[in-house]
Amino acid sequence: MHELGIVKHVIKTLREVAEENSVTRIGSVTLEVGEVSGVITEQLVDCWNYFRERDELVRGAPLYIETLEAVTFCTACEKTYRTVDHGRICPFCGSGETYLLRGNEFCIKQIEAETAQEPAREE
Amino acid sequence: MKVIELKMTVTDSNDRDAEALRRELSERGIFLVNLMSAPGSGKTTLLARTVKDLAGTVSIGVLEADIASDVDAVRMAELGAESVQVHTDGMCHMDAGMTRAGLEGMEGAGFEIAFLENVGNLICPAEFDTGAHRNVMLLSLPEGDDKPLKYPLMFQRSDALVITKMDAAPYFDFDLEAVKRRASALNPNIRIFPVSAKTGEGMAEWEAWLLSERENDRNA
Repeated sequence: MHELGIVKHVIKTLREVAEENSVTRIGSVTLEVGEVSGVITEQLVDCWNYFRERDELVRGAPLYIETLEAVTFCTACEKTYRTVDHGRICPFCGSGETYLLRGNEFCIKQIEAETAQEPAREE
Repeated sequence: MKVIELKMTVTDSNDRDAEALRRELSERGIFLVNLMSAPGSGKTTLLARTVKDLAGTVSIGVLEADIASDVDAVRMAELGAESVQVHTDGMCHMDAGMTRAGLEGMEGAGFEIAFLENVGNLICPAEFDTGAHRNVMLLSLPEGDDKPLKYPLMFQRSDALVITKMDAAPYFDFDLEAVKRRASALNPNIRIFPVSAKTGEGMAEWEAWLLSERENDRNA
């Protein structure tokens, strides 16, 4: 359910980008998704594949997902560790006083696009 | 085909809509408060009590968001608050566009404080700016004192934490001080109000905060 809403937001953002850049068709979309962003990538792709057939702008465009590693910082011993392996408790000193440095990102990295100024070329 | 680098967060377009809605509401003198919590934590009961207590002080409108049904809106209407039910059609959160549509559905719109009762869920609503002036999270005592550890984003995004059902304290091992400590560690600015809408405990402090936050924004 969450992924459905996110795909709708992605498509809305892409429409705005297309308008600003005179994009007539989008060939592919690349997302950057943090390991602990809470998004299930398989479901995201399923929802994308459903919507892309119903929108002229992104019809047939594949969705590429690049996963970003999650890293947590421990304020007690000032070390960093992989969040997915150890969660909130620091594996070095056992402290729970930790916070996420990165890994909850969810961003549209880039798109491949045909613009009105640059006519489509068969490759 | 050319590559366009975007590096936009997925919520960028929603963030812009939310900012615009917030400005517009301020101009119209409407203070929007987004209430978020798990299902069954007492959002509707807290609202019902707040509406009753503040009757005659400020006019209140309530936007009820649910996946289905209109039981909450009916309950609010019975209390005399202007209310509208928004169905999210399966979506797990409200965004700025849906909030705008919901507010437009309220007749007259002559109220001074509008509450958005978000979908009962501690995860997704925290990720989407609704255009509200303040975000308020409810945590009911039976849910347990470990929630800040499990749903950190919700605590980070909230301006106030209302701990509801305090009258049930004798029956649960709920460590209020631990919640305060954990919530403040995630968000040093969070205001915490332990209340019981049933007995009225703590309601005056919560309501005074609401009114003063609204004043602060009006004078800003």
